[in-house]
Amino acid sequence: MSARERVAGTVANYVDERTGSAKWLKKNLNKVFPDHWSFMLGEIALYSFVILLLSGTFLTFWFDPSMEHVVYKGSYQPLKDVEMSAAYASALNISFDVRGGLLMRQIHHWAALIFMASIVVHLLRVFFTGAFRKPREFNWILGIGLLTLGIVEGFLGYSLPDDLLSGTGVRIAHAIIQAIPVVGTYLSFFAFGGAFPSELFIPRIYVVHILLIPGIMLALITVHLMLVWYQKHTQYPGPGRTEKNVVGYPLMPVYMAKAGGFFFIVFGITALLGATASINPIWLYGPYTPAQVSAGSQPDWYMGWLDGLVRMAPPWETYAFGYTISWNILIPGLIIPGIIFTGMALYPFIESWITGDKREHHILDRPRNVPNRTALGAMSLTFMIVALINGGNDLIATHFDLSINQIMWGTRIGIILLPPLAFVITKRICLSLQRADRELVLHGRETGRLVMLPHGEFVEVHEELTPEKKWLLTQHEQAAPIELELVDQAGVRNPKTFRAKLQARFSAANAEAVAKPTAQDLKQLENEHH
Amino acid sequence: MSNELAPLSDPGLPAHVHRKADTDPVAEKRAEQQVAVLFGISAFGTLLFIYSYLFIDTESFVFIPVMGNTNAHQLGLGMGLAIALLGIGFGAVHWAKTLMSDTEVIAERHEMRSEDADRDAFVASVKERSEVAGLGRRSLIKRTLGLSVGLVGISPILLLGDLGPLPGKSLEETSWRKGTRLVTDPGDRPIKPADLEVGAVAQVLPELRPGQKRTLNDIAKDAVLLIRLRPEEFQLDSERLSWTYQGIIAFSKICSHMGCAVALYEQTTKHLLCPCHQSTFDVTRAAKVIFGPSARPLPQLAITVDAEGFLVAQQPFNEAVGPSYWERS
Repeated sequence: MSARERVAGTVANYVDERTGSAKWLKKNLNKVFPDHWSFMLGEIALYSFVILLLSGTFLTFWFDPSMEHVVYKGSYQPLKDVEMSAAYASALNISFDVRGGLLMRQIHHWAALIFMASIVVHLLRVFFTGAFRKPREFNWILGIGLLTLGIVEGFLGYSLPDDLLSGTGVRIAHAIIQAIPVVGTYLSFFAFGGAFPSELFIPRIYVVHILLIPGIMLALITVHLMLVWYQKHTQYPGPGRTEKNVVGYPLMPVYMAKAGGFFFIVFGITALLGATASINPIWLYGPYTPAQVSAGSQPDWYMGWLDGLVRMAPPWETYAFGYTISWNILIPGLIIPGIIFTGMALYPFIESWITGDKREHHILDRPRNVPNRTALGAMSLTFMIVALINGGNDLIATHFDLSINQIMWGTRIGIILLPPLAFVITKRICLSLQRADRELVLHGRETGRLVMLPHGEFVEVHEELTPEKKWLLTQHEQAAPIELELVDQAGVRNPKTFRAKLQARFSAANAEAVAKPTAQDLKQLENEHH
Repeated sequence: MSNELAPLSDPGLPAHVHRKADTDPVAEKRAEQQVAVLFGISAFGTLLFIYSYLFIDTESFVFIPVMGNTNAHQLGLGMGLAIALLGIGFGAVHWAKTLMSDTEVIAERHEMRSEDADRDAFVASVKERSEVAGLGRRSLIKRTLGLSVGLVGISPILLLGDLGPLPGKSLEETSWRKGTRLVTDPGDRPIKPADLEVGAVAQVLPELRPGQKRTLNDIAKDAVLLIRLRPEEFQLDSERLSWTYQGIIAFSKICSHMGCAVALYEQTTKHLLCPCHQSTFDVTRAAKVIFGPSARPLPQLAITVDAEGFLVAQQPFNEAVGPSYWERS
């Protein structure tokens, strides 16, 4: 035994005698993780969160979350002797007088954008492949919670520097709170410590931004990962992959090296962006004052859809009995986002109700094989994209020399017409792809090679698929729709007729599919040829 | 519920295909060197980072195509950090992909559901323990416990009471009174009608009372936009017309939609546009909303001149300024 082994042995013995960790580690170092690029999306989110914690901690060493009035004396000449809040002055100080401060600010902001982007793309992957199905519904809800917290956290973060742009964003958030019927005015006074903007808001959102929300997110991420670990990762369909196994690489060493290396890659790319791509140059905006605003005011992209909805809202307000209800703020600012996020959180249960499927699923769906879900996803995505486009309507108008009124009307109509259209088109595309898969399995791949038969006929040579490929294209289940039970065996009318009818209706639409080829089909085809 | 016809059969996991580095010692050696080079590049990145931190002046700039003039200190730090991190990252991944085993292994899955025996034992012990605690029987304890826990939950909510003052009537009030002078912002100089040419726009605030200091909270309600048109361009009723002075009309600058500053004035169309959500107001028709999400015109401030010829307010705003709220009548 070498000296090094002896030292390692002593340490391991010391730890194990006190924790008994060898047994647990022995099992989990062999933990199998399936390999696929789309499984890295959630990893990107995790790593950006770590980057956010690291870079954010650095920023707190100098940031002064105070709205106290100071006169700027730092090294950025254009703002010298300008009155501003201590928060803005310290953000300038970090950008210009702390070595590496600007880099860290930019890394922090880029990491936040990447964090939100990777969460959204991860969510889309989970949705379109059906990874949220039993037993993973809890993790889906945790994910929706993390997405929501991430949006709030990001918004609070870019509100902290108290520059003209961020102050305008806070003003809008304030107006949304104030628009809540009955309690809105009180809520806004409690949140802000008085009328807008007050002196208390920045210190308060600072604590929420650096302690409260990150703490909650850290707890949720921990549970999210523990569940992934405990339930074992889903896997894409393929030969040898079943609902009863998981095929992949062991944690030690392959996955450790890959995942660990990937953390450094994500951090490296964030650092590269922070070094080369300017983001949120607060010194150009100037300090916040409620009487000014910069043209082309834009929130960060993950808030853009919300701003786009607010922009396209019709000018509706109700005045009755001396009270005001601002539908123009409530509908786009609270009601629609509420419906979207609640709907998203409940989706696994809705789908399970429609399909009547209560079994566990560990093999992922190919999106084409679940046309309704895929179409629903495309529909929601279209809605969000139209809203997001309208969130940048002013920039689109100036860049492409268009009328802002036309863009607004275009998106107002588009947000109603385009999502259903996206649903229909996506569903048709899915069914066409199913048909193409069926043709491939039955008749093989077109090789493009033409052969002249002895009697002069030209035929194209089709190459038969490998058994592996055939299995991939036919492994999925094609569930029949739920049968409607209006009367039971004793002839008694089902008391839940309406619900049953609704379920049967959805189920029928959901079961629409191009029949996949079976072993009989292939055998029959073979007999015809010979 | 699955397809009744027999499905195709699963051919099983395909045979493992060896990589070049698994069979060819030269390829293996090359892969090893590549990994080492990547880790070496990372070390160079850290050296660049240290050098930039210590020796590149924070005020020095370099010209870089596409990026333009760039702060050399920040760029050196950033590139050093990026190279250091990417070198480690790519090195580790390359190592894993070329040299570590790429044989896929299979692990079994088990249903999440506990065994029936475990479930029954669990239910039994919960029942037994709660019986020991007497939860089912001692309803007096249960009710008083419920009461006390419910009540104690109120305390932290009550403690939040001092988060802010109650709104009261404060949202309806601004600093504008009858006779308050309009002063320039910035500068705090009183204004005469002659200071404003036809077509001009100015942002004004109420004159400070002696000893008063202007806060952002004041500005958030008091900011006023002064616009001068030719008097015949107005399409106002007689009351609203009497609130203007020689073609000068004053509106709250705080948007009636969500409170942004209505900062864009288009001289040719005489429209005011809020850059946040594009609510558009027609100045000639008392800031009537002609486009966008805002439901109300901008509040108008009635103005006239005082004895010395300076512009003053005739009265406070005709309605509450800023975004709507529940109590707003």
